[in-house]
Amino acid sequence: MTSIAKPPVKHPTARTNGLGLTLRDYEGAMSTLCAGCGHDSVTAALVQAAWELELEPHRVGKMSGIGCSSKTTAYFMKQSHGFNSVHGRMPSVTSGAAAANRGLTYIGISGDGDSLSIGMGQLSHAIRRNVNMLYVIENNGVYGLTKGQFSASADVGSTSKKGEANEQQPIDPVLLALTLGCSFVARSFSGDKRQLVPILKAAIAHKGLALVDVISPCVSFNDHEGSTKSYAYTREREVEAVHADFIPLKREITVPETGEQVRVVELHDGGRVRLRATAPDYDPTDRESAYAHVRACQKRGEIATGLLFVDENGRDMHDYLKTVPTPLIDLPYEELCPGRAALDKLMERYR
Amino acid sequence: MAATNVKDPQYYHKVVDCQWACPAHTNVPGYLRLISQGRYADSYMLNRQSNVFPGILGRVCDRPCEPACRRGRVDEKPVAICRLKRVAADHRGDITDRLPKAPAKKNGKRVALVGAGPASLTVANDLLPLGYDVTIFEKNATPGGLMRINIPSFRLPAQVLDEECDYVIRMGATMKYGTPVTSLKALLAEGYDAVFVGSGAPKGKELELPGRWDAKDNIHLGIEWLANVHFGHVERIGRRVLIIGVGNTAMDCCRTAKRVGATDVKVMARRGRKHFKASPWELEDAEEEQVEIVENHAPKRFVIEGGKLVGMEFEQLAWSEDAAGKQVSTVTGTVTIPCDDVILAIGQDNAFPWIERDLGVAFDPKWDMPVVDKATHQSTRPGVFFGGDAAWGPENIIWAVAHGHAAAISIHHHCQGIPVTDRPPAGMTLVSAKMGMQSWAYDNDYDTSKRQKMQHEELAKRFTDLKVEVELGYTPEQAATEVARCLNCDIQTHFTDTLCIECDACVDICPTNCLTITTNGTGEADLRGRLSAPALNVKQALYVSEALPQTKRVMVKDEDVCLHCGLCAERCPTAAWDMRTFDLKQAYAGMVAR
Repeated sequence: MTSIAKPPVKHPTARTNGLGLTLRDYEGAMSTLCAGCGHDSVTAALVQAAWELELEPHRVGKMSGIGCSSKTTAYFMKQSHGFNSVHGRMPSVTSGAAAANRGLTYIGISGDGDSLSIGMGQLSHAIRRNVNMLYVIENNGVYGLTKGQFSASADVGSTSKKGEANEQQPIDPVLLALTLGCSFVARSFSGDKRQLVPILKAAIAHKGLALVDVISPCVSFNDHEGSTKSYAYTREREVEAVHADFIPLKREITVPETGEQVRVVELHDGGRVRLRATAPDYDPTDRESAYAHVRACQKRGEIATGLLFVDENGRDMHDYLKTVPTPLIDLPYEELCPGRAALDKLMERYR
Repeated sequence: MAATNVKDPQYYHKVVDCQWACPAHTNVPGYLRLISQGRYADSYMLNRQSNVFPGILGRVCDRPCEPACRRGRVDEKPVAICRLKRVAADHRGDITDRLPKAPAKKNGKRVALVGAGPASLTVANDLLPLGYDVTIFEKNATPGGLMRINIPSFRLPAQVLDEECDYVIRMGATMKYGTPVTSLKALLAEGYDAVFVGSGAPKGKELELPGRWDAKDNIHLGIEWLANVHFGHVERIGRRVLIIGVGNTAMDCCRTAKRVGATDVKVMARRGRKHFKASPWELEDAEEEQVEIVENHAPKRFVIEGGKLVGMEFEQLAWSEDAAGKQVSTVTGTVTIPCDDVILAIGQDNAFPWIERDLGVAFDPKWDMPVVDKATHQSTRPGVFFGGDAAWGPENIIWAVAHGHAAAISIHHHCQGIPVTDRPPAGMTLVSAKMGMQSWAYDNDYDTSKRQKMQHEELAKRFTDLKVEVELGYTPEQAATEVARCLNCDIQTHFTDTLCIECDACVDICPTNCLTITTNGTGEADLRGRLSAPALNVKQALYVSEALPQTKRVMVKDEDVCLHCGLCAERCPTAAWDMRTFDLKQAYAGMVAR
């Protein structure tokens, strides 16, 4: 929360991207979240990623549900489309929007409450359908908006602000997504934009559902010593398995050889993501190895981050449904709704 | 890079660009805020503390603060600081009971000041309240020096000058008007404990060209001619007038000429406009009065016919850059411009025929100027001090004031047996501006208004009387708008590294990308290359914190285009960033060093 709007002053050296837009042009309304909220850093990372990817603001749909996290969509790309849905229903609203207009870039923002409690079924089925979208979970382990109760992602033994320990098993969205067959799974930290921004860019360029679990500390209710989702705890326990560098279409890879194990995965829009494994023998294109790595880290009390798994060969919702390449909203009415005769003909097939 | 020491008052002082650029270090944002609160008298007194003549300087200051103003780096034009100073002076009301007073009991020390210009009056202003017996020798019948006889009254009305000189003189200075000092030896023989020379640079520079002395009556030296107009010795000038030179004196000459009979006035410049010495606003004001400014003309000779000046011959120049980047001229032609009078305004010189060279006051043999210490203003003879234009040649009024303050410290030390090289250090206060949740002791919202334009008297009316002031001052609405343009650079962003949790909230919100959290570097150049937005202006410093608690990285703040909007502090969850009001405590005479 701030008392004033951000002054409309640009740095004298402010650059523009290919669309002639500056970084400031990708900002949204002033955040009303608590000062120091991790979600505001995720917003800044999204602004940076969208500016660097040269996304046209009017070709983006920002989707969200309910919660502190779901307010985020108001704080970036003020010229984009947006839908703030019912609690936990962001995935189905996005599925509908993507079905109707496959031409837009969908950025869904949710939280651990919105996605892992009330909206868990919705998340699971969006993964199953492989809706082409970026799905960000701003994960802070508490219900901040209702003053700090444990959420479904709170770790066993982590304490509330008043000192009470959580005893129930957490749901880890990364393990969940790997199990459900998600085609792009990453975990990052709001306090580490060098890692987060390239992951977001690769996730936006990915075809299918890209799930990015972002540890985004709640400064008001979950940034204390007993917390396992605090700034200090995350910094101390974070283990980056794979560092992703996003390389846009038609740009040469000019990274010096380091002798590290490097994999380049081509994304559907022609851009590439260069995956640099920092853990030995880690293969980010192998689902089993990713799962094992995250589990092993969990056992050691570490937090596995980085672009953990990517499969660019899968089919997305439109492939399964065999829809036409043209977005449905762009189809002429006669084609979209061919009339009584066509319906009768179709029905005849089932008689 | 080592962590920045913000306990040194000079660090935050430098962030306040206007105050840093002002020779007298006037607390500009402080007095602007007082104007915004309608506290004109308080604003005037805050000004007077450092610059002594707010009413005068609010009209004719050279304004080094304005090119320095941070607003000019993020917006088209800087804050109209000078004009706002005049607002404070115009609306101050009666402040006489708030002026410093001389004590009834004197300290027994006698000081002689030569010349009653801004430098001497500042010395008197600082020494009288300490109990000194101050005597000022002035060759004219009124105080003010060049401020009175060389600045035309349509820019600086006599009444404004009288009031502010009187504030000093009425503290109890002994004025010896009509008393030019003709011998320093004789003055020293009168047993003064210290002598201050503030006699200015009263001699106009000559232009020795063919014909110069063949029509003396129509070829004038700028500052002498202005003085003659002031005293009423000159009431008319020819219809066509050429001004040679393009400094601020030339601007005063051309505009004065328009008021004493000239209709066709040309200012002749050797070089192109961007090399002119005159302040841009003075050029604009002259052009508004239909003075023509002619570039690239070098005077060659005065054209005399029948013992009468009929014109002047000029070489037309074209300028280019040579291999070393130096401007070189080539003559492209010759032209004669007819005229009735020529005014030479190509500079001023000092003249010390009255200082005997065997008194121990050493003179530089090359320039024939006294050898004066830059910090103490003392000559090579202890107890003899120089300031204003008399010290190192022509400067501006605000420099004379700064010299006067520094010299007063030295004179005080000299008289009290303290080494003059002991300079009292500057101090500061730094107080949190936080008044509550997201509430500050200043208006932190950015005002997008453009610089307000000064209203001028209409042309016809100006030329009827030499004394009609051209600038009418800001209306109350204009003043309120202009004050809101100030960025409050004195409300400092103060960082406490031990509180930082590195959440990036400040980095994310900063509208001008001033903040970066990064690993420390080997030096400033290395760090500058890794900032979120490297500065174009590298004169402003980088703030570097100690290693941060969690990652041992450092917080780096580029002070260059910080808007002091306070959003970093509003978004900081731990109050590691705080907005703090910085107040430079300048040392004046009577504050003992040690």
